[in-house]
Amino acid sequence: MLQHARQRDTLTVRLNGELDHAAAEGVRRDLDALLADQRVLHLVLDLDGLTFMDSSGIGVLIGRYRTLAGRGGTVSVRGMNPHIARIFQMAGLHRIINKSC
Amino acid sequence: MSIVNHMQLEFSGRPQNESFARVVISAFAVQLGPTIEEIADIKTAVSEAVTNAIVHGYEGRGGTVTLRATVDDARLLTVEVEDYGRGIDDLDQAMQPFYTSKPDAERAGMGFAVMQTFMDGLEVQTAPGKGTLVRMCKQFAPEAK
Ligand SMILES: Nc1ncnc2c1ncn2[C@@H]1O[C@H](COP(=O)(O)OP(=O)(O)OP(=O)(O)O)[C@@H](O)[C@H]1O
Ligand SMILES: [Mg+2]
Repeated sequence: MLQHARQRDTLTVRLNGELDHAAAEGVRRDLDALLADQRVLHLVLDLDGLTFMDSSGIGVLIGRYRTLAGRGGTVSVRGMNPHIARIFQMAGLHRIINKSC
Repeated sequence: MSIVNHMQLEFSGRPQNESFARVVISAFAVQLGPTIEEIADIKTAVSEAVTNAIVHGYEGRGGTVTLRATVDDARLLTVEVEDYGRGIDDLDQAMQPFYTSKPDAERAGMGFAVMQTFMDGLEVQTAPGKGTLVRMCKQFAPEAK
């Protein structure tokens, strides 16, 4: 459910399908494998292909934010549909995760 | 108000049944002519309740989850998600936004807040050692003539 591209210190990952508790474990494992490379400082998540997300997805985003903030990096997202944007806002993620385009 | 339609379903508290429950509740809600936004709200709220039953109620060990829904003649959709697991000791604390009993499992503590925001009503009955029943409702606009 995930495609990625790397340019210098920035890793762009595109998530597809539904990010619920059942999918979270696999997404977390795949992202962490990519983030094991310490040269990655900035993670850009493209959520355009994500059709569903609930609070389990919020947990995944917060966890990756912690990893990158710990090495002085950032997480940003793009392509959020209005429903995902609402959950994002509710969880206060706009304060720690930037929106990019 | 009288009930005009109802459904009840039992399934195993396994993660792959989270999407199954979302599909079922969406299909049941279609009779109310919901908007895309309303369907997304209901799916998300049910997903939260079912995930809680699986993750917290049964702590990943599995058990039966019951999903019930009714529609009444005033176009009120009521959904119940019930588990027969560990129950909640301190419900007030559990319902606080950002409270989670599993912070190391990367949980945000947002489930109840999401249910509350996306539905029009939320009620929780719980008994430690017996289980938890989450009842949520959503009011639909009168049918266009
Ligand atoms: N069905 C349940 N059985 C037992 N405990 C529950 C149940 N549902 C919720 N809880 C308790 O209430 C707390 C808050 O639930 P809530 O869904 O708001 O957050 P969470 O599940 O911890 O995190 P998130 O939903 O953001 O992943 C849980 O951490 C858990 O302790
Ligand atoms: Mg939850």
